[in-house]
Amino acid sequence: MTAVEARDVKLSFGETPALRGASVAVEPGEIVAVMGPSGSGKSTLLHCLAGILVPDAGEIHFDGHRIDTLSEHRRSVLRRDRFGFVFQSGQLVPELTAEENVALPLLLNGVKRAAALKEARPWFERLDLAGLERRRSGELSGGQAQRVALARGLVARPGALFADEPTGALDSLTGEQVMDLLVSSAREQGTTVVLVTHDARVAAYADRQVIVRDGKVNALVSA
Amino acid sequence: MVFGMSVPMTLLGLLEREPSHGYDLKRDYDTFFSRGKPLPFGQVYATLSRLVRDGKIVVGEVEPGVGPERKRYVITERGATEVESWLTEPVEAEPNLQTVLFTKVVLALMLGRPAEEYLDIQRATHLRRMKELTEIKRAGNLVDTMLADHGLFHLEADLHWIDTTAARLDALAKEVRG
Ligand SMILES: Nc1ncnc2c1ncn2[C@@H]1O[C@H](COP(=O)(O)OP(=O)(O)OP(=O)(O)O)[C@@H](O)[C@H]1O
Ligand SMILES: [Mg+2]
Repeated sequence: MTAVEARDVKLSFGETPALRGASVAVEPGEIVAVMGPSGSGKSTLLHCLAGILVPDAGEIHFDGHRIDTLSEHRRSVLRRDRFGFVFQSGQLVPELTAEENVALPLLLNGVKRAAALKEARPWFERLDLAGLERRRSGELSGGQAQRVALARGLVARPGALFADEPTGALDSLTGEQVMDLLVSSAREQGTTVVLVTHDARVAAYADRQVIVRDGKVNALVSA
Repeated sequence: MVFGMSVPMTLLGLLEREPSHGYDLKRDYDTFFSRGKPLPFGQVYATLSRLVRDGKIVVGEVEPGVGPERKRYVITERGATEVESWLTEPVEAEPNLQTVLFTKVVLALMLGRPAEEYLDIQRATHLRRMKELTEIKRAGNLVDTMLADHGLFHLEADLHWIDTTAARLDALAKEVRG
């Protein structure tokens, strides 16, 4: 059984076809990088896989269940309970401290504040952020903020983590640190990862790379 | 990683650091430069005798006993000058892959063959190698990381070229087919 799968997914924004029959299957615990030119449909595909967008045609499966036919409410519960997200930048809640940001998914899942913060704290050590627990996002560097976002994406031990250009705003060394931590943390907790990136050095951290071109997924061809 | 031509220079450089025996030179070479492909003793001693012949090193005091490992090699002025100029001289910025791939792409287009497929295969090959190098990097020490990074940045540059060329194939086809 695959963990995350798109089957012949089509989706248009008005007249613009973004996906024209995209299929991809990700195994449990696998880390897949989605690459391809700008505008090819990578983010749209990620949003479909994560149950944020509903395709016009085709199917989305998670953990053996079809999710594109679920109601908006059930999809949002699924996203909250089973998925983690990391996006390019600017996604931390500025009013909250770093540790509150990390604890947020747990708080939204109804975990009590003290318990949620207790769960959030070890991530600061793990991601080399010790001492920054009480800072607000405006007081963090880009790389630090991105590691906080990564901790937030993984703190609830999601079945799947969806990341769209998670290193896009970082220099290459900082970006690689974030990827290194993303890969080791995801492996440790068996989280399946779908990662969109245009950066081949970042994609090289994944188990497998696929390329989206004109709204379709090309598996890598070998000689 | 260090190519044939560089062995004499590397040994000379190690001797610039301090006088040394063949055995120790081999050990240091293998530790820092050979990347899993140890330098054969025969090559160490052959290289050292050539360097002696060319006046770049001399044999210092020979310690009592028998066997070549008793010899201590010392760099000469000439040898030191050579190390210095080798270090300051830039390595040729050879866009090797592009030349070969460029030829393949243009020929493929001229012959009406599937150039895009060739580029896809090359992209897959590059990405696979990048993944291997990244694994080496994640498992290894800083020396491994630096070497892997050198390869990764080059492969990345090639990939940019591959992607840009793939995006321009139609225009390129018109141009080369006349
Ligand atoms: N909300 C939207 N409304 C209208 N069109 C959209 C919307 N989102 C995406 N598109 C269009 O759908 C296509 C695919 O967009 P998508 O964002 O998936 O590309 P991408 O591969 O993620 O590109 P990039 O690398 O630039 O992020 C593009 O033509 C884009 O203009
Ligand atoms: Mg995008």
